[in-house]
Amino acid sequence: MTLSPTTAGGEHPAQPVHPVLAYSTSLESTDIVRLDRLHERGLFIGGEFVAPHSGRFVPSINPATAQPLVSYADADATDVDAAVAAARRAYESGWRDLPGKERAKYLYRIARQMQERSRELAVLETLDNGKPIRESRDVDVPLAVAHFFHYAGWADKLDHAFPGRSARPVGVAAQVIPWNFPLLMVAWKLAPALATGNTCVLKPAETTPLSALLLAEILQEADLPPGVVNIVTGGPATGAALVAHPDVDKIAFTGSTSVGKEIQRIVAGKDRTTRLTLELGGKAANIVYEDAALDQAVEGIVNGIWFNQGHVCCAGSRLLVQESVAEEVLDRLKVRLSSLRVGDPLDKNTDLGAINSAEQLERITELVEAGVAEGAEIYQPPCELPDAGYWFAPTVFSNVQQTHRIAREEIFGPVLSVLTFRTPEEAVAMPTTRVMGSRRESGQKRVPRSCGPRSDSGPVSCGRTPSIASIRRRPSVVTARAASVAREVATASSPTWS
Amino acid sequence: MTSDERLAVRRTLKLYVGGEFPRSESGRTYPVVTPEGETVAQASRASRKDLRDAVKGARGAWSGWSGRTAYNRGQILYRVAELMEGRRSQFETELVAGGSSPTDAAVEVSTAIDRWVWYAGWADKLGHVLGTNNSVAGPYFAFTVPESIGVVGLLAPDDPPLLGLVSRLAPALVCGNTVVAVAGGRWPLSAVSLAEVLATSDVPAGVVNLLTGRGSELAPWLAGHEEVDAVDVCGADLELSRKVAFLGADHVLRVVAPGPGECDWLAESAQSVAALSAFCEMKSVWHPMGT
Repeated sequence: MTLSPTTAGGEHPAQPVHPVLAYSTSLESTDIVRLDRLHERGLFIGGEFVAPHSGRFVPSINPATAQPLVSYADADATDVDAAVAAARRAYESGWRDLPGKERAKYLYRIARQMQERSRELAVLETLDNGKPIRESRDVDVPLAVAHFFHYAGWADKLDHAFPGRSARPVGVAAQVIPWNFPLLMVAWKLAPALATGNTCVLKPAETTPLSALLLAEILQEADLPPGVVNIVTGGPATGAALVAHPDVDKIAFTGSTSVGKEIQRIVAGKDRTTRLTLELGGKAANIVYEDAALDQAVEGIVNGIWFNQGHVCCAGSRLLVQESVAEEVLDRLKVRLSSLRVGDPLDKNTDLGAINSAEQLERITELVEAGVAEGAEIYQPPCELPDAGYWFAPTVFSNVQQTHRIAREEIFGPVLSVLTFRTPEEAVAMPTTRVMGSRRESGQKRVPRSCGPRSDSGPVSCGRTPSIASIRRRPSVVTARAASVAREVATASSPTWS
Repeated sequence: MTSDERLAVRRTLKLYVGGEFPRSESGRTYPVVTPEGETVAQASRASRKDLRDAVKGARGAWSGWSGRTAYNRGQILYRVAELMEGRRSQFETELVAGGSSPTDAAVEVSTAIDRWVWYAGWADKLGHVLGTNNSVAGPYFAFTVPESIGVVGLLAPDDPPLLGLVSRLAPALVCGNTVVAVAGGRWPLSAVSLAEVLATSDVPAGVVNLLTGRGSELAPWLAGHEEVDAVDVCGADLELSRKVAFLGADHVLRVVAPGPGECDWLAESAQSVAALSAFCEMKSVWHPMGT
């Protein structure tokens, strides 16, 4: 599929392009991916690929074309039972007692073999998820590898990771992950669990199971003992069977707030020793003060909300901008927007790929319609969207009020809501007025005091982050993934390096 | 010797300086003698000039090596373990020739490889464990981070020839230092082989410089060289250690002496965070915090 270039519109009309300078695509080859090997591959249980109990296979869709890629197994409760049993056996028959330095070597092996097959993983991820190949190639896969590498090193250093405490494994971990960073989420879940001596049953997202299945092949090649990792693909019923299973000791979930609440209710009915980690949705804000470097601020805003089509739990989906510079920021943002390229995710120049699923597209569309109906002002740069597949143009809402749904509910799409404020105190107070509160629910709650007196909205970072506006003296309150980022970032504007 | 018998090709034992394998500029060599008294090779006997070249190489490589991301340094040092594993039979053969039993040689090589892996994993964790967030009595956010010292001189022990060198080299490198190592003089074959592994392991030229020769001859020059920031005296006797500390006082050289158990080479105690922190410089930052 080819796509004509995004054209600038509005106040910045496109100039006619000389034919020599016309855009031509730069498509990544898909030859490296062996889809036929993944087709009806089965569930990864006890170190083998096995047919699902029900015999049912369902298609995984390429969101850029709306065409099925391959069919994958739909696990039912019987399959989940088998996977948990395999994990339990592997845990008790050796993995639990394996010395840390030997567990480390398995993780190093996995990291290395992922590196060797990184191009294959990246292309497969883009096919299955719809994200730009530039992002899967440069972000998702290298970061996933880095997680395995990092946690490999911790496996024999746990005494240092938890000083004064004797770290021991929990047992069998049930892990349910989302579709926005499929392979990276696998790494976030598996690497630390394995490094600390647990065994895992992982359920990839319904719409993006393929990179996890390819990883299963890598686990086999790494000679990881059978049952240490089990991968059960399927839909919500599979996930429900897994989290409700009586023989799992730990449940880790990353995904929507509503499903997170359901899981918490299920776990509430279990034994009190069952542990739960939830990483849920959000409605993070970027704050731009009047003395910020505006072009840098615009870059931060763009990366904050249009990276990965806005399918990010900590996406900077709200922009709080001081009234005195609001108009200028918005103007610069519109100019920048006109240069975002929307289209084929396999094109190496693409900035915005496809929306992951028809269902997600529908949710984005519904919320954007609500924004218009509630009176916010919508701006979309004119751009041609492909006919097939699931697409949504980058969207900016201005004149947004805090009561609007688009200011309160997670859109999880390429949609930015711009609100204004007059005083820094007002800006810092605004993020706490959210209804979602989900970033706090995600369990991340570290805020450097220097970032403001009343901000309690979760991870906060200032200065040099992907999604940040730089402010002198008055740090901006923004979105960042890890608490450690806040520490690093606090140094960025420090005049006191020794 | 019959005509169909093949004559082995012998290896010239050279120094490893600035990523290259020169002979000693002095032209000096010394015999490598087995415990049975058999001379098996001539090793380069490094001179003061060789040492100065090595320090120059290490200093030149320092900003690049310490400036790499911790993740990258970790991967490179892990690569050293990978390559040693592939050449383990060579290391074992050499240790056996130097007097180890085959079993001891195998254990020494395995431990050395695992030691690289252990320290490689520390590269991106040092900051977590050694760094601190300081509670200070003032409106400041104060924190401390470990950084590299600079050029580290290493006087490696005679025994064990391979594991002793690896056990001290790895922690110095993980922190981002560059190293001028003087191999134990008794049995330098393992050190020369290690240099050949390092040269093919993505370790940038000059990050490790390995000299063979007499430690007692080279140590004073190492200690007195103003571009050397620390010297690890684990292979030196008490008298030589004192000399190093005395001569280094002019430029406030840090003298690193292994702690208790750090020279029980085969034991877990030979690898420690304490060893790592000995090769780190701590930097504290005071950041004004609004009240």
